[in-house]
Amino acid sequence: MAIVTTSKKACSVNPLKMSQPIGGSFAFMGLRGAMPLLHGPQGCASFGLTLFVRHFNEAVPMQTTAMSEVATVLGGHENLEQAILNIYNRAEPEIIGINSTGVTETNGDDVEAFIRLIRQKHPQLEKLPLVYVSTPDFKDAFQDGWGKTVARMIEVLVAPFDPARPRDASRVNVLPGCHLTPGDLDELRTIFEDFGLKPSFLPDLAGSLDGHIPDEFTPTTIGGIGVDEIATMGQVAWTIAIGAQMRRAAETMQVRTGAPFRLFERLCGLIPNDDFMAFLSQITGRSVPSKYRRQRGQLADAMLDAHFHIGGRKLAIGAEPDLLFDLSNSLHEMGAQVTAAVTTTNSPVLQRVRTENVLIGDLEDLEELARSRDCDLLMSHSHGRQAASRLNIPFFRVGFPMFDRVGAAHLTTVGYRGTRDLIFDIANLIITDRELNHGPTPDTWRSTNSDLQVVSPGLH
Amino acid sequence: MTSLPTTIQDVFNEPGCARNASKSRVERKNGCTKQLKPGGAAGGCAFDGAKVALQPFTDVAHLVHGPIACEGNSWDNRGSVSSGSDLWRRSFTTDMSETDIVFGGEKRLYRAVKEITEKYDPQAIFVYQTCVPAMIGDDIDMVCKAASAKFGKPVIPINSPGFVGSKNLGNKLAGEALLEHVIGTGEPDYTTPYDVNIIGEYNLSGELWQVKPLLDELGIRILSCISGDGKYREVAYSHRAKAAMMVCSRAMINVARKMRQRYGIPFFEGSFYGIEDTSDSLRQIARMLIESGAPAELMERTQALIAREETKAWAAIERFKPRFAGKRVVLITGGVKSWSMVAALQEAGLEIVGTSVKKSTKKDKERIKELMGQEAYMIEDMSPREIYKMLKDAKADIMLSGGKSQFVALKAAMPWLDINQERCHAYMGYVGILKLMEEIEKALYSPIWDQLRQGAPWDEFDRKPQGRTVAQMNAQAANPVRDPSRNGVRAISFSNQAEASERESAIAAHGPKLAEPNTPCTSSSGRCIACRDIPSDLQPPALQAAE
Repeated sequence: MAIVTTSKKACSVNPLKMSQPIGGSFAFMGLRGAMPLLHGPQGCASFGLTLFVRHFNEAVPMQTTAMSEVATVLGGHENLEQAILNIYNRAEPEIIGINSTGVTETNGDDVEAFIRLIRQKHPQLEKLPLVYVSTPDFKDAFQDGWGKTVARMIEVLVAPFDPARPRDASRVNVLPGCHLTPGDLDELRTIFEDFGLKPSFLPDLAGSLDGHIPDEFTPTTIGGIGVDEIATMGQVAWTIAIGAQMRRAAETMQVRTGAPFRLFERLCGLIPNDDFMAFLSQITGRSVPSKYRRQRGQLADAMLDAHFHIGGRKLAIGAEPDLLFDLSNSLHEMGAQVTAAVTTTNSPVLQRVRTENVLIGDLEDLEELARSRDCDLLMSHSHGRQAASRLNIPFFRVGFPMFDRVGAAHLTTVGYRGTRDLIFDIANLIITDRELNHGPTPDTWRSTNSDLQVVSPGLH
Repeated sequence: MTSLPTTIQDVFNEPGCARNASKSRVERKNGCTKQLKPGGAAGGCAFDGAKVALQPFTDVAHLVHGPIACEGNSWDNRGSVSSGSDLWRRSFTTDMSETDIVFGGEKRLYRAVKEITEKYDPQAIFVYQTCVPAMIGDDIDMVCKAASAKFGKPVIPINSPGFVGSKNLGNKLAGEALLEHVIGTGEPDYTTPYDVNIIGEYNLSGELWQVKPLLDELGIRILSCISGDGKYREVAYSHRAKAAMMVCSRAMINVARKMRQRYGIPFFEGSFYGIEDTSDSLRQIARMLIESGAPAELMERTQALIAREETKAWAAIERFKPRFAGKRVVLITGGVKSWSMVAALQEAGLEIVGTSVKKSTKKDKERIKELMGQEAYMIEDMSPREIYKMLKDAKADIMLSGGKSQFVALKAAMPWLDINQERCHAYMGYVGILKLMEEIEKALYSPIWDQLRQGAPWDEFDRKPQGRTVAQMNAQAANPVRDPSRNGVRAISFSNQAEASERESAIAAHGPKLAEPNTPCTSSSGRCIACRDIPSDLQPPALQAAE
């Protein structure tokens, strides 16, 4: 049981957190032909856009209602109307996903009412789905925005269960948290398909941001799950949610369609994947394909090979709650000690992180904790690079954003295979660091006091 | 203290700005911020502009007063470089919460300044105003004044909430803040007749250092650079310079002009991109310093240095001529780019076939025609789709542009080079232009293009008139079940839908055996997927799984 505390500082230094609205926009990027629209000043969308482009190295669709000072005073109805019409006429989207920002929330724009008025005035929009989610900047964080947005998508887009039609037992709904990469989603897709299931991912980032070469340049998302497919998600047998942030969405789905759900808080590590395989086996009535039996063996062997290096490492990890929970527990299960843990927002899983306390804070907090507790491996998104270089300890990039390395979209940590690769990557990072920085010299053993010299963990 | 609207009006009324001067009185009143179309293009906001203009000051703590979005989503993304303090790379924000919005964020801001002072003791703190605190009426001017008095160090308010306008306006508002609070508040240890300011240069990728050795050799001292590798103290005494160079970005024209007005520092607009511009700028600096009282021999030394460097540079470019012969370039940049860069590219044998003239004046267009011939392909305002098509049709061999349009080129399997802010190479001065040539050559001759332009093997396959549509093929590829029309011939299916294992393909090829669902074809104790259909009446356990 970890004790969860919140930083009391007035000034956040080197933020770990990103804002809620762009987490919402991110979710819309997993829909086909979508245009995420931020209702706020143009900077909000511009910053988000830049962040996504640098992480994915892809053209990313994102728009703004370009609220000016005057518009803010008068309310955003006209700006929203113009934005929707402009996007409708220019980009021909299949759906527009709208997230509010701090400015429009402070102002108290009643966006749902605006949308009703806009629909009345412009009958051509009748068939265009408009999904609005309230996501002020001054509350919550990135993964909350994602979770709320997916829940809202289900409320608006999923058709209620039709009792006249039987549930399709070959289909499953998959509600992935925002900490899963396109690489993770592809891995999961393969697993489901190998069990003979047809998964509907909501949202499906692997369809739109996995890097591909389109034939035509389109201003909206390319690929992802279509609105037509989302509408039928109520007819499936099971919903599988991944990450505690998706509980809300899964419950919404259950209330709306009666489809039962199973929430997997983790999909990294041996035991969580055993549970996952067992569950799939149970709902399909099939045994686990031989491929995964082999992969499990490989993972077990990887654990044997890598525990020498990972065991005993003192980990400083900064990530959003679900990612923190998943990674820290997986590495704890490899024998590492989670010595410093910092996260962005509150979540029920934080208490179950295998460490003494979890701090809701920033990267300065993480850096200080890592320094005072003598951590020797830092994990966070790319912003942690400065802290790692000041601490002079190895740095493993994980999560979003990862803007200073290529291939961020394909980092895979789910499944037996993803876990295996993660373990190898981290072990190799540690080995490299040991070779470079911790080679024994005569001075390593030179002791000025007569006490027993404690050997640093780098020499294990 | 002037109010923000007054400052903005004042900035709009910039006599030093050629574009503004050419406007009618009515147009001028409307200011320069083109109201962005909602749902139109997304550019940066005023806060963004102010932050990027001042962020390179190295020993200043940049504190953003607002909710997490403004700073949390945008920090640590500039390629400026510092020769000293790295405080500028740290990010400070008040991360306002809902409670702060309700009760006002001024106390939190004050406490934040206190924390920074205690922990980091910077030379100065710049406080950036953003939309939400501006809306709820947080008075950052007063907080800064109080904090400054209390902690005995400069705490400077930068009034630039995002919704007042564009990124460019923000650049200028940042300049206004410097003029109002910083410039002229300090004195240098000594002055020389060779002191210059460089205004509107951000030392991206350390570009300034490609030129600084030349100035050093001439004995010219950069008294202050606003803001690349700048220090707070340098800006404070920058009013003692003898001349100023306004680097081509027009972000800070107001700073240069007002410093001329207030302190009599003459300035010129120049650029260090390209060989000719670099030489021109050096000559201009020398000329201005001499006019301000430096010895006349400076010009001779400058000319000698230019002659030496130019000879070297042109000789080095010679190497690229055969490599660039007949290669066509499309140039897509935001604003007024220095034409000497074009001249240098042409000198190396590249042909510029198109350039964007979105923000060019009539005079610029004349100049383009002069340089590129009457046939010059001027891109007024092309949509990405059109550019994509143009590149796909191979009307050019390489595109040079800013990061925003890179995917248009790359996805068309077209070499591309970043010549804007986010680039990671430095292209300044005589050294930089060579670097640019090298990069262009690397991009043009990369072996990847030939491979990427070849179609996938299945493109050919799908085109074969076998009476089956591609859609059918794909459906089959996605679902490798028995197709009676295949007569046991195994088609190769290329599909990214499912990683059909070899075993399954084998099963698919076993045609008749599929009819016997009891034949196991995996080594697992269950049966393989391809061998059984899920009975559609399989009702799932209707219980909700507990975790």
